[in-house]
Amino acid sequence: LSHTHSDCCCYHNSPKSYILLKTWDPALKKRDDFEDILEERRSSSDLRYALRCYVPVVYKGIAPCKPGVLKTAVLQSDRLRHVVAEMSKETGESADVIREEASGILEEMAHRLRLGTVRFFAYSLSKAFKALFQRVRVNEDGIQRLQQSIQEHPVVLLPSHRSYMDFLIMSYILYTYDLSLPVIAAGMDFLGMKIVGEMLRMSGAFFIRRSFGGDKLYWAVFSEYVKTMLRNGYAPIEFFLEGTRSRTCKSLTPKLGLLNIVMEPFFKGEVFDVSLVPISISYERVLEEALYARELLGVPKPKESTSGLLKARKILSEDYGSIHVYFGHPVSLRSLAQGRINRSQYNLLPRHIPRRPSQETQAFVNETAYRLVRLQEENMVLRPWVLVAALLLQNPDGVDMERLVEQTSWLRGLAVSFGAFLDWPGNTKAVASSLALHTGLVRTEGGRAQLAMEPKEPGSPEEDLFDRAASVLSCASYRNQILHVFLRPALLGMAMQMAEASRKDDIYSCFSFLRDVFSNEFILCPGGTVQDFDEACYMLTKCAAVHVQKQEVVATEKGQRILSFLTSLFQPFLKGYQVGPAPFLELVDYPRHFCFLGFLPSLTCYEALSSDVQKNALAALLRMKVVRKLKV
Amino acid sequence: KKMAMVLTAIRGELVVIPVEWSWLTLSRVLFSRQEVMKWNGWGYSDSRFLFNKKGQAEFTGRRYRLSGMVLPSLKDWFESTFGASLQHKSPATATLNASAVPFPSLNEAFLQDLKSTGIPFSHEAEDRVFRAHGHCLHEIFALREGKFGRVPDLVVWPNCHEDVVKTVDLACRHNVCLIPYGGGTSVSSALECPPDETRCIVSLDTSQMSRILWIDEKNLTAHVEAGIVGQDLERLLNESGYCTGHEPDSMEFSSLGGWVATRASGMKKNVYGNIEDLVVHIKMVCPRGVVEKSCQGPRVSIGPDIHHFIMGSEGTLGVVTEVTIKIRPMPEYQKYGSVVFPNFEQGVACLREVAKQRCAPASIRLMDNAQFQFGHALKPQVSSIFTSFLDGLKKFYITKFKGFDPHHLCVATLLFEGDRERVLQHEKQVYDIAAKFGGLAAGEDNGQRGYMLTFVIAYLRDLGMDYYVIGESFETSVPWDRVLDLCRNVKERIVRECRERGVQFPPLATCRVTQTYDAGACVYFYFAFNYRGLADPVNIYGRVEHAAREEILANGGSLSHHHGVGKLRKHWMPESISDVGIGMLKSVKEYVDPDNIFGSRNLL
Repeated sequence: LSHTHSDCCCYHNSPKSYILLKTWDPALKKRDDFEDILEERRSSSDLRYALRCYVPVVYKGIAPCKPGVLKTAVLQSDRLRHVVAEMSKETGESADVIREEASGILEEMAHRLRLGTVRFFAYSLSKAFKALFQRVRVNEDGIQRLQQSIQEHPVVLLPSHRSYMDFLIMSYILYTYDLSLPVIAAGMDFLGMKIVGEMLRMSGAFFIRRSFGGDKLYWAVFSEYVKTMLRNGYAPIEFFLEGTRSRTCKSLTPKLGLLNIVMEPFFKGEVFDVSLVPISISYERVLEEALYARELLGVPKPKESTSGLLKARKILSEDYGSIHVYFGHPVSLRSLAQGRINRSQYNLLPRHIPRRPSQETQAFVNETAYRLVRLQEENMVLRPWVLVAALLLQNPDGVDMERLVEQTSWLRGLAVSFGAFLDWPGNTKAVASSLALHTGLVRTEGGRAQLAMEPKEPGSPEEDLFDRAASVLSCASYRNQILHVFLRPALLGMAMQMAEASRKDDIYSCFSFLRDVFSNEFILCPGGTVQDFDEACYMLTKCAAVHVQKQEVVATEKGQRILSFLTSLFQPFLKGYQVGPAPFLELVDYPRHFCFLGFLPSLTCYEALSSDVQKNALAALLRMKVVRKLKV
Repeated sequence: KKMAMVLTAIRGELVVIPVEWSWLTLSRVLFSRQEVMKWNGWGYSDSRFLFNKKGQAEFTGRRYRLSGMVLPSLKDWFESTFGASLQHKSPATATLNASAVPFPSLNEAFLQDLKSTGIPFSHEAEDRVFRAHGHCLHEIFALREGKFGRVPDLVVWPNCHEDVVKTVDLACRHNVCLIPYGGGTSVSSALECPPDETRCIVSLDTSQMSRILWIDEKNLTAHVEAGIVGQDLERLLNESGYCTGHEPDSMEFSSLGGWVATRASGMKKNVYGNIEDLVVHIKMVCPRGVVEKSCQGPRVSIGPDIHHFIMGSEGTLGVVTEVTIKIRPMPEYQKYGSVVFPNFEQGVACLREVAKQRCAPASIRLMDNAQFQFGHALKPQVSSIFTSFLDGLKKFYITKFKGFDPHHLCVATLLFEGDRERVLQHEKQVYDIAAKFGGLAAGEDNGQRGYMLTFVIAYLRDLGMDYYVIGESFETSVPWDRVLDLCRNVKERIVRECRERGVQFPPLATCRVTQTYDAGACVYFYFAFNYRGLADPVNIYGRVEHAAREEILANGGSLSHHHGVGKLRKHWMPESISDVGIGMLKSVKEYVDPDNIFGSRNLL
C-alpha cells in the first residue's frame, strides 16, 4: 500500500488506525490446514473406535467431579442460599419449599454425562456421518491450541449455529481427539424428544428454558450451575452465541446472557482467565436446507420429536458434501478486558450477591460478543457453490456455463482479496461440482445454468409462488454465507450511490445510515461505524475500485464492475426493507434517507417474503423510531 | 574464658554477647553502622550465605541459630528452582567508592546554626550513602553495582527530643528538606531522596535516641525514645521481666519510630496487637510545633484520633521522638508447632475457622507448597543417621500412609505463648480444629524452622543476587472469601508477566498467609527470578511487581497491610482512598508542614 493511500484510507487519517488496518487486513490472515477425520473411520472399526481408551487432558490436572457432586455444590452455594433466603422473605414461602423448587429446576436442567452414552454416540454418529458426508475436515492446529488451553484455563467453546448437527459434530470431534467432552447449553425443546433428549443429557447437554425473564430462582440456579462448572474447570462449556440456529445462514446478532455468565467468574477474580474459543462450522449443504426455507415463509418449525427424527432418516440417503470445522485461536478474556474492566468494582459487595453489570461491563460484553461472532465468520470455510449461488441469484434468467465459470473465477479473486476463506478445487471443477451437489436448487440445460424455479408438478398459483420463493430462499441461504466478506465495501458502494456526490462526509453519513438500518440484519457492532468505514475504504482502495482522497471518495473506471456487483448483491435486502414491513406500518416520521429506500410495494423480489427480513426490518424501523408499535 | 557472657533473646533465639558490651545497644552502634552492617546488602557484615568450595551452602557468623551450619539441600533447590548455576556469578562491587557519591550541596547558614547547637552531624560520603536507601530490590541492586542517585547532603544525630525540636526549627528557618531515618529497613522507597529536590536534604538519624525513659509497672507501659531498634527494646525490657511482644520480621534493625510512622505489624499481634493497639502516647515534632495528647487514658472519645494522622504518615509530617507503649510480663512458656495440610485450600479453611473461633495462637502462618519446599531446603545437615531415619519415616507417613501429595501439601507454623497449662490447652484446641481440615501435627521443629525463614530470607536474597537471582517480598490484606482467589491469581499473574517479558526461567512465586483477623487475612508473597539474558532486570522486576499489585487490587486486596506506601505504591493511593480521602490527608499536610520541610514525598 503506497503512502498516499495510507493517508487517505482512514477516515480520521490517524497513523495509528492505519497501522491497525494494515495488521488487520483479512487477506493476510494465515489459516491452518484441515484433516479429514472420517478418513480413518472409513478404514477401521467403528466399534473399536467407540470402545477405545478415552483419557482426555483436564484443567490443571484436576479430575472432574461427578454430576451429583456438582449439583450439591450448586444447591449449597452462597449465591443460591442468598437468593432462596431473599425469596423466602419476599414471598413468605418457607425456605425449604423454595430450595426444593431449586432442586427441581436443577434436576430438569443438569446434564448427566456418561461415558457409555458417549460411546454409543461415537459409534452411531460414525455410521451416520459416513453416510451423510463426504468429509468432516478439522484444523488440527486448532485442536492442539485447544488442548493447551483446556489445561491452563477454563474454556468456553463458541461454535456457529447453522444446524442441529453442530453440537453432535462438536462432541464427536472432541471425542475423536481425546479432548474433554463439553457440557452444552441446549434448548428445552429437545426434552420433548423421548429417549433422545435424555440421551443428549447423558452425552453432556444441559437444558435451559427459552425464556425465564422474571424468574429469579431459575436465573440463580442456571447461572450458578454454569459458573460452578466453569470455576472448577469441570469441562469446556459450549453454547451458541447466536442463541438459535440461523435459518438464513447469516450470523445472528449475538445473545449476551450466557456470555455474561461465563465472564463473571473472571471479573470477580474466581478464575485467572477464561479462554473463549470461536469455532466456525461450515456445511457444504445444510441438512435442514428445505425446512429452513419453509420456516422463513411461515410454515411453523416442526416440533422436536423422536418420531420426527426417525422420519428424517430419509436424509441419510442423500449426499451433503463436506463439513469444515475451524477451531479459532482461543481468545483470552483477561487480555480483552485489560484496561476495559475495572475489576475492583466488585470489591465492595460480597461476590455471591447478584447485581446488574455496570454499563461499562455491558458494553464490553456486547462488543466482545460481536467480536467473537466476527471471528466465527472470518473462519467459515466457503465452498465455490456459495459464489455460484450469489451469481445465479443475480441472473434469474440463467447464465451460460462458460460465462458462469469466468464470473465465478472473477468473484473468487475479489472474495479472496477481501479475506474470504475459500476451499477451491479449481475453476471449472468448482462450478461443476457445486452444480452437481445442489441439483435440487439449480438446473443445467443446454449449457446454461439456472435456478430451479419451475415447480415439478404445477399446482395453484399460491403454491407455485410458495415453491418458487422457497427455492430462492434456499439458494439465498448459500449466498448469505459470503455476505460478511462483502458487507462493509458493499455498504460503502451503496452509500456512494445514495449520496449521489463524491464528498466524503456525505458518503460517510449515508454509510452510517445504512449501517444503522442493517444493524439487525448483519453483524455490525454498535459504535464501530468509523472503523467499518475505514475498513471499507481500505478494501475498495486495495482492489482499486475507488479512489479515496482527503475530502472525496470517487469510483474508478475499473471499479464499476465491483461496485455494481456489490450493490446488487445486497439489493434483495434493500428491497426487502422497502416492502417487507410495509403491511404493518403506520409512519410517524419520514426522514430524508428513507426516501432512498422508498416504500414502493412490489413483489418482484422473493426474498422480501422471508420472515427473517421482515422481522429485522421492522425491528430496525422501531429502533430508529420511524415507526412505533400501536398494539402489542 | 575470662569474658563473661549474657544471654539475650532475639526473636526467640538465644544470642550470646560479651557482658562488657551489654551497655552497647545496637542503637548506639548504629552511629557508624558500616562497622557492623553491610553497606550494600542486608544485616550484619559477619552474617551471610555463601556456597563453599564443595558447593554446599553455609551461613557464616555466630549470631543466628543457623550460623556456622551447612545446608546441604539449598544448592539443589536453588539451582532447580531458578535454573541458576554456581558457575554463573554476578558479584557485587566490593567496596563503597566514595568518589562516585555526588558531592553534598550544603546550606551553609543551616550548617552554621547547627554547629552552634552541638548536635553531631556528618557529610562523609559513607554516612550519606547509608541513609539514602531502604531495602527495595532496585535500591540494593544499584548499590551492588556501585551506583548512587540523589543521596542526603548531611546526616544529623539528635540525641533527644529537644535536639529534634532544634533541628526542625533550624530546617524551617533555612528551608532545608528533612528525611527522618530510623532503622533503614523500608521496602517502599520511602527513604529515597526525590531526585529533583533542589534544597539541601538532611537525613535525621534517630539512632541516638534509644533510651527507655521510664517503665510504669502499675499501668504496664514504658516510655521510650523512638530511635530504639526492636531487638534492643525487647532485650532491655526483658531485663526487667517485660516485653512489648511487637515482633515485625525486621525487628533486629527497625525502630520504634519507624513502626509508628508506617503502621507496622508484629508477628505476635494476636496476643499483643499491632502497633496501633500498642501505642498509648506519641510525641511528634512537626514544623508547626510538637503534637501530643494531654493524657494517657486507655481509650478516648475526643474527635478523630490524632494518632492516626501520625501512624502511617511515613515521615511526611514530622519526626516521632518519644512513644509510650504497652508492655506485658514476659511469657512463662513458649511453644512452636506445625500442622501439615493436604493442600493450601484446606489450610486456608482451617485458618479461617481458627479466626472465627478467635483462638489464634500468638502466631499462625500458612505456607504454600513452594514455600514449604523452600523451608525444607534450609534444613541443616542432620547430625545422626537416626534423625535422618526419623525424617524419612515422617515423610513416609505423611506422603504414603496419609496419602498427601508432596507437590500440594502445605504447612502451618504455630507459636503459642503464655502460662504452660493454658498453652497446652490452647494447643490442643488448635490441633483439634486443624484435624477437621485434614491437618496433621508435624512437630515443633518444622514450626521453628518456618519462622527462621522469615529472618534469613533477606540474607538469602543477597545470596541470590550473587548468582543472577533477584527477588523481593510484598504483602496485602484481603477478606477471607477472597484469600484463595487472590493467592492463585497473583501467583499466576507473576508467572505470566515474567514469561511475557522475556524472563528465561519460570519465576519463584510463593505466598503465605501470615496473619488472621476477624474479617480477613494478611498475605505475604515472595517473588524471585533468574535474570540471566535480560538487559534491564530491575526494570522488568519493577513491571512485574507493578502488575502483581494491580492484580492484588483487582482481587480485593489492599495496597499494603504493613509495609506502607512510600513512593513505590503511591500511584495507587487515589483509587485506594478516593480523591476526597487524598484531600483530607493533603489538608493535614498543608497545615502541619506548609513549606514541605519533611519533603520525602511519600504517600501523597
